[in-house]
Formats: sequence, C-alpha cells, structure tokens
Amino acid sequence: MSSGPPLLVTAAPHVKSADSTPRIMWTVVLTLLPVLGVGVYHFGPGALLVVAAAVAGAVLPEHFLGRRRALGDGSAAITGLLLGLTLPPGFPLWMAFLGGAFGISFGKLVFGGLGQNVFNPALVGRAFLQAAFPVAITTWPAPAAEWATLRGDVLATPLMSAAADTVTAATPLGLMKFESTGTAVMDLFLGSTGGCIGETSALLILVCGVFLAAKRYLDWRIPLSMILTTAVISGVLHAIDADYPGALFMVFSGGLVLGAVYMATDMVTSPVTAKGAWIFGAGIGVLVVVIRVWGGLAEGVMYAILLMNSLVPFINRATQPRVFGQRPRPKPQPKPQPQQETTS
Amino acid sequence: MKATTPTQDLMRGIWRENPVLVQMLGLCPALAVTNTVANSLAMGIATFFVLLGSSLLVSLLRHLIPNEVRISAYILIIATFVTVAEMGLEAIVPEVHKALGAFIALIVVNCMILGRQEAFASKRPVGRALLDAVGTGVGFLIALFLMGAFREIIGMGSFLGQPLFGPHYEPWVVMILPPGGFLTLGALLIALSWFQKRRAAGAATAAALAAEGGAA
Repeated sequence: MSSGPPLLVTAAPHVKSADSTPRIMWTVVLTLLPVLGVGVYHFGPGALLVVAAAVAGAVLPEHFLGRRRALGDGSAAITGLLLGLTLPPGFPLWMAFLGGAFGISFGKLVFGGLGQNVFNPALVGRAFLQAAFPVAITTWPAPAAEWATLRGDVLATPLMSAAADTVTAATPLGLMKFESTGTAVMDLFLGSTGGCIGETSALLILVCGVFLAAKRYLDWRIPLSMILTTAVISGVLHAIDADYPGALFMVFSGGLVLGAVYMATDMVTSPVTAKGAWIFGAGIGVLVVVIRVWGGLAEGVMYAILLMNSLVPFINRATQPRVFGQRPRPKPQPKPQPQQETTS
Repeated sequence: MKATTPTQDLMRGIWRENPVLVQMLGLCPALAVTNTVANSLAMGIATFFVLLGSSLLVSLLRHLIPNEVRISAYILIIATFVTVAEMGLEAIVPEVHKALGAFIALIVVNCMILGRQEAFASKRPVGRALLDAVGTGVGFLIALFLMGAFREIIGMGSFLGQPLFGPHYEPWVVMILPPGGFLTLGALLIALSWFQKRRAAGAATAAALAAEGGAA
C-alpha cells in the first residue's frame, strides 16, 4: 500500500565519480610499468626477476592473511612493485620476496589492512631488508655488463649468501659521499647511472607523476614541497661551501624523485589537508638533506619518509581547516594582572 | 582471596599466566638480552634465583614487615639477591656477566618479581610462595629461551654458538639488533593468540556438536 516514489536515504558522500580505489591503484601500477621498463633496459632481465619476486612476496600474504578479495584493489601489487624498484638490480630473489612479505605483513596487515597502516608498507619492507641484509642491499652491480646476463646474486639459494663475486659499481650518491666525486646531472636526469632498479630515470618518473597529479591521484603539493625544500637547502649549503653537492644533483640522484612521486604520496600515510601536505613534504626534504649530508648513510629518502609518516596524525590534527561558517575560536584573553599601585 | 591448590600455584606461571607472554611483565630483559640463547638462559636463571630467594624471604617475614613500608622492604630483599646473583655470575661465567652488563643489576626493577611478592608471597605460607616462584620463574625462563632461540637461529644461524646451516648462511642481522627483540616478541604474541583463538573456536564447535548430539 505504498504510495509515491520510494524515499531513498543514503549516507554521505553523495558526489559520484568513476574513480574507485581499485581504479586508482591499478592506474598507479600502469604508470610504474614504464619506470620498471627503463630499469630492465639498463640492468637486464635480472631487474625484472627482482621486482617480480618482490611483488610475489607482497601479494601472497595479502591473499592468504588479508581480507577476502583484498588483492583486487591492487594496493599489494603497488607495494611489491615499489619495493622492487627500490632494490639493487642484483639483489637475491629470496630476499626481495622476504622484503615484500614482511612489508605487507608487518607494515600493513598487522594494522588491519588497506587504509589502516601508519607507515608505507613498501618502505617498511625495505627498511627491514636494509637492517637485515646491509651488505646485499648496498651491493650495486655495474650496469655495463652484457644485457642478458643476470647481474649480482639474483639466483642465490634461499637463506644462503651468494657465492659469486659481483662486479660492483658505486651509485652517484655513494661516489659523492665516500669519494667526493660528482656525476653529471644530465646522466642522472635521463637515468644512465648505477643505482636501484627504479631510481635511475628522474625524467620518466616526473612525467608519470605529472600524469597522476593531473588525474588527482596524488597530491601535487607533497612532491613539489619535498623537491623544492631539498633543492633550496642543498642550494644554500652549496653556496656556502662548494664541497656540498649542488641542488640539482641532490634532487635527481638516488631515490628522491621516485620517493617524492610514488612513496611520500601514498594516500594512506600522507596528510589529508592541503597545508599538512606542504608541511609533510617540506619535513621530508629537510630530513633527506640532513641524512645525506651529515648522516652515515649515502641515501636518506626511505628513513625521511618513514619518520614523517609517523608524524602524519599530528600534522592532520594541527592543520584541520576551519569548518565553513565557523568563527575562529577566540584566543584566550590574558587575565588582567592585579595593578600595582605605584606611588612615587 | 580465591583458594588454589598447590598444583595450580605451581603450573599457573608456566603457561596460562606466563609472565612475559600473557601478563606482559618483565619485558625489558625479555627485549634487551635475548639476542642469543646463552644470554637468555643466563638472564632467565639469574631471575629465577632472585625470584625464588625473595619469595622465600618475603613469605617468611610477611608478619614482621609493616604494611606501610612493605614495598621498600621487598625491594631491599630483592636487591640483596640480585647482588648475590651478580657476584655469582661474575665469578662463574665472567664472559656472560660482561655480555649482560647492566641488565643483571636491573633485575631489581623487574616488575614481575615485585609483582609476585606483592600479589602472592606476602600473603601465603612459605611452601605455596616457593611453588609460585618456581612456576613463574620457569615460565619466564621458557619465554626468554623461546625468544633467544628464535633470534639466534635466524639472526646468526647458530644455536648456543653452534652453526646450524653451514658457512654460507646469510644471517638476518636485524634479528640480533634491538628491533629484532620487538619483532620476535610481536611474532610470538601473534602466534600465541592465533593458537588460543583456534583452540577456543575448536572448543566452541565441539560444545555445539555435543549440544546437537544431545538434542538429537
């Protein structure tokens, strides 16, 4: 005996868009494929194997321990891809697999899955690998070998260290830190230098980043403030003392661009407010310069992002925008001091 | 106070109310010195000795210690036994004493020991207090041993210094560093709660089946 059209009451949000979590995640995965392609072009098929192992390591625990159908949203695939891209091209496959599994299990699933984690899972995995296998993760095979040969210890037996001697080459940051040798900025920009699989070509990553930012899949404020802060601080240092590396070198070497575009902008672990995004990016930039210039490590992007991840809840709370129509809260008036009668 | 049988007093601390894995007491030594099996065992045995001695004395003196100053009295008694343990370790196994460093003296502030005095030994006759101390001490020892074994096997590929996997084993350095202590404890607690949940679920299904069978 109902009359009239049914009244449909739904909860916010009411604005519909075609973007969904899986769509965004899989788009990010697609934009990472060219970056991986450049890595494979420079470092040979071993790089592909390393990334595949990291992806497998990330996807398996998500499938077996995570929520049902959690794989479909693509976030575990991103974690694995990003982790793989931050590893050296000659990294043993079993370690890459372990890093992916650790990152997803201890960086994401223990917090309750997608949307709950405090730290970027890919970087949690990498931090674990860095602490567990400090030698393997800083062994950079020379990029000059025959393309099809597997470099380094890719096929090392699980749990065993490698038997083969690796022809190693230092990364531009390592050269700068430990031997005070610079690398031409153009080489860094286009990617023909040693380093991790995905951190060589800054140009390609920036193009992908602009695409993602245009689609609003990442907050452009974070990479911009991060890169600008790094450039400004290192530029000032370079101007004071020319022994410090210049701004362009700092920005385009190592994993800074990759970290700025793909890791710091992780939607779960970055601030939600615009002002917060600026603070977050600038904080990472400051930490990167501090770690690279005065710290014991050659590269500091990973720890800088992880440290700022831990501050995100506080940044969010401190930068809450004023609700529309709400008056700014009046500042507490200082209590009137009892006047001292001065008689003189 | 609920009456307990002597067996309950003895067994309670070992598993059901394990000081580290269930009550989360004494975590400082459990995290700090469990990087090798030898260190864990030494710390577990020293703590066991201190707990046994202080429970004995506190229980003997429970009618003489004034209520107002009981905590300081317990601490004095515990500190006495810690001093004995420290000197004993230094005399018997000097290298272990060196490896454990300040953590032996810090047994004084192990809240598990003070907790047993306040909650149990100061209210029970000597026999029961000793049973409880043995149970809790063994439970602590087991927890430390589990952590130490896990960390040494993975972090160094050895057990009590004996290499297990041959010369090519790649050690997970992080496991013998401080973060490894937290990772190990977390993994142990996850495993334990998973185990208990599964057992509870199993018991529930068994009960449901029994009820069904009874109804049919």
